Amino acid sequence: MNEVPLTHILFVSTALFFIGMYGLFTRRNLITMLMSIELMLNSVNINFVAFNKYLFPDKLDGLFFSLFIITIAAAEAAVAIAIIINLYRSHQSIDVDDATEMKF
Amino acid sequence: MNTSTIIFYAIAALILGAAILAVTTLKIFRSAIWLLFSLVGIAALYFWMQVEFIAAIQIVVYVGGIVVLIIFSIFLTQQSGKEMAKPATSKMIFSALAALFGTGFTFNLINHYGFNNISAAPFNPSVDEIGMQMLSTTSHGFILPFEVVSMLLLAAMVGCIVIAMKPTEATIVHLNKKED
Repeated sequence: MNEVPLTHILFVSTALFFIGMYGLFTRRNLITMLMSIELMLNSVNINFVAFNKYLFPDKLDGLFFSLFIITIAAAEAAVAIAIIINLYRSHQSIDVDDATEMKF
Repeated sequence: MNTSTIIFYAIAALILGAAILAVTTLKIFRSAIWLLFSLVGIAALYFWMQVEFIAAIQIVVYVGGIVVLIIFSIFLTQQSGKEMAKPATSKMIFSALAALFGTGFTFNLINHYGFNNISAAPFNPSVDEIGMQMLSTTSHGFILPFEVVSMLLLAAMVGCIVIAMKPTEATIVHLNKKED
């Protein structure tokens, strides 16, 4: 079970985080940007659980952090989608380049 | 190289491959489905780490909740068969360079840190233990964040309804009157 070192799990989560970052930089559609943010949040959760399991197995603090992150991510996704649908209603588009009224 | 190790690398390949496809494919509906695969892979990784409760929560909240919500919003706002515009080549190159640089930098840091305080104590993430600690009021209890997060969820729910609500005739008339 412990033959996979902790660093390899951290490599997976790092790669996942930067894939999410790449998506956030290149996408211009609000829904796909939200998907990239979900990927980044998930990579953080993997880190919390892995550190908890490998370094501090006598405590459960990492698990609680990931539980609360999952809860807050669900609330965030719901609010973001409400905003996206409202934006679509007023602009007929959810492209970030089309919402420029407040641009300085 | 035993079975457990092979399973870990297979799960890692599934997560990263699906994630790369989710951020690069040009059809938005396919992107959502690849995200679904990536999230299922992450749930499998939690099962592999033997934290079954988090894995179950991951499947219920992400796969059953957030992805379905995303797919609904795609249906409400897009023609799902249509391809999205390709991002500009220069932007793609610079984003890929930034991501590669960040990945390399962090890999290097992790590689040289050398986690040498790996503990061999037994890890007991059973639902009993999680539940007791979640609702305990002693010094390692999580009752305060638990209650605060419930208020946050209530606020988010009310906020979503208010934001996405269609303005009724009465409010429009009321707003027009205010402007006059």
